[in-house]
Amino acid sequence: MQAQSKINFSQPAPNILCASISGAWQIGSKVPGPSTVLSLLEDNPGIKSLVIDGAQLDGWDSIFLTFIRTITDECGKRNITLEMQGLPEGVMSLLHLASVVPEQRDASQKKKQKTFLYMVGKSAVNFATSTVQMLHFIGDATLSLLKFFLGKARFRRIDLLLFIEDCGADSLPIVTLISVLVGLILAFVGAVQLKLFGAQVYVANLVAIAMAREMGALMTGIIMAGRIGAAYAAQLGTMQVNEEIDALSTMGISPMDFLVLPRLLALVLMMPLLTMYSDLLGMIGGAIVGVGMMDITLVQYLTQTQETLDLTNIMLGISKSGIYAIIIALSGCMRGMQSGRSAAAVGEATTSAVVTAIVGIIVTDGIFAVLCDALGI
Amino acid sequence: MHWVYETEMNRQSEKTINTPHIIVSDLTMAYGDFVIQRDLNFSINHNDIFIIMGGSGCGKSTLLRHLIGLKSPAKGQVFYGDINFWDISPDERSRIMRKCGILYQKGALWSSMTLAENIGLPLEEYSGLAPRDIEEIVSLKLALVGLAGYEEFYPSEISGGMQKRAGLARAMALDPDILFFDEPSAGLDPVSARRLDDLILELRDSLGATIVIVTHELASIFAIGNNSVFLDAETRTMIAQGDPHRLLSETDDPKVKEFLTRGEAAAEGAKK
Ligand SMILES: Nc1ncnc2c1ncn2[C@@H]1O[C@H](COP(=O)(O)OP(=O)(O)OP(=O)(O)O)[C@@H](O)[C@H]1O
Ligand SMILES: [Mg+2]
Repeated sequence: MQAQSKINFSQPAPNILCASISGAWQIGSKVPGPSTVLSLLEDNPGIKSLVIDGAQLDGWDSIFLTFIRTITDECGKRNITLEMQGLPEGVMSLLHLASVVPEQRDASQKKKQKTFLYMVGKSAVNFATSTVQMLHFIGDATLSLLKFFLGKARFRRIDLLLFIEDCGADSLPIVTLISVLVGLILAFVGAVQLKLFGAQVYVANLVAIAMAREMGALMTGIIMAGRIGAAYAAQLGTMQVNEEIDALSTMGISPMDFLVLPRLLALVLMMPLLTMYSDLLGMIGGAIVGVGMMDITLVQYLTQTQETLDLTNIMLGISKSGIYAIIIALSGCMRGMQSGRSAAAVGEATTSAVVTAIVGIIVTDGIFAVLCDALGI
Repeated sequence: MHWVYETEMNRQSEKTINTPHIIVSDLTMAYGDFVIQRDLNFSINHNDIFIIMGGSGCGKSTLLRHLIGLKSPAKGQVFYGDINFWDISPDERSRIMRKCGILYQKGALWSSMTLAENIGLPLEEYSGLAPRDIEEIVSLKLALVGLAGYEEFYPSEISGGMQKRAGLARAMALDPDILFFDEPSAGLDPVSARRLDDLILELRDSLGATIVIVTHELASIFAIGNNSVFLDAETRTMIAQGDPHRLLSETDDPKVKEFLTRGEAAAEGAKK
């Protein structure tokens, strides 16, 4: 066991303070901080010279070095001459190294404290530029879509197929689970209310309309925002970090055509299909509750569903899902392409892609609700 | 193979040695308000092996980004021959870039494609060759950088140094007029680094290409460089240019001398 680390103070002359350091000064051992020395200096303004004696030092590491550096800085500020005796050679040479390597001149300057007004102005300007960037991106994507329809966009077909598999088939399990559960929940919530009027059989209507018009598209949208939007942002962000996107554009291959377009197409093709699937499974979920727990026969449930559902309701949900798909794919790709060149920036891009997509989906859904009301759909 | 032969013929006839290929004039580069380098003036001749050197973080990669159309200058111009590179439309710029091969500092291979697809993509886009011929060119390029047989590997399945070499193979895919290398030998063992130098010389001579290299590697600088520019991080501008050998023997600037002698000049000075 090493000796306890401590500082012994003595004052050989009124204006000299001698601090002799003993014990082990290492990370993990309990060591006195520089404040013990500094407060002594504070209390005795007469002291003009400080001697540090390290002859009895048992062991040292970075803790000791930072201690000495703090003392050195403080002594410099107070015009106290500092003398070091008996410190190990390693300590002296490391201290020397740390003092001769010049600081980058601008490195520390850049991170100055900003005033409140400055920050408000800065975020306003940032908001404006990011809106412009977003419009720019949407415009580029539209152009590249036009090019696709004219048959001039270049991307690898195999990429499109892979993305379709990822968006479509690979998403089925999670869409199944969520849709059935949403159907169950809707049926339960509806049943409690409808029972009051003895109108349980209308649970089927409620579930069918809610799934077809709203929940099918909405839940699929939110699942895909988390699953696919995030993946798109992360993929493109990482490509940005690795200079892969630079390599594409210097080769004259438009990243918009090559990377964004297949992702967008895959999602736009798959989302409506997934939404229809989700509608169906939601109704099955509703039927499980209705038939299993509320004395409605399966035939009754099916007849009710068939009577209420018409093509308008189903098409409304499906067209919404197409728009959600565009929102998800574009926000994922946009955040990815705008990502900074570090791992942290890719993480931010991913988060921001999901948030943008979900906000976009909900806002669009709101607009649809108002429009449908006005048009009487 | 026919097509490669033809372009090479064209090259030999249209090019004259020692005329400027790229001219950088009054270039100032900045990220926002943060100026990285200012007042850069130099020219890169046809057939040069031109070295961009300087300490870490002084803006070498940034300069390269200005030369290859990824970042526009804060001030000043870049000329390719007599074309003002940043004045023309992006489409025309990308037409110029098609004759350039670029090896990025991090390799920048497309991670979702195999090495063969990586090298084959530019060929598919621009050469109009049949898939069979593309395959052959790909395996030739991979063999040139010592990666024969790695066609079906994905970039994540090979080491960093191998990725760098595969990136080089992709840069050479279209037999470019100008090759830009960002630290080609970083991450290579000494023998491969030496082979790479030989390969660069070979490329210059066989393709008649102009080669621009960002590097710290003193051995390569002296072995292959015949012209150079030295960027300084502190004063934020270029402080020397010319043949590296001549710079070493003639320069008075302590920073250049220190760099070219691995700091030995300064250390000796300190000893005396
Ligand atoms: N996107 C960016 N935004 C702001 N500053 C940047 C950005 N990219 C680079 N810089 C700054 O530009 C300077 C030059 O960077 P650059 O990558 O060109 O250096 P380099 O000379 O290539 O260095 P190295 O030899 O380490 O590769 C650095 O100081 C860096 O802080
Ligand atoms: Mg660099």
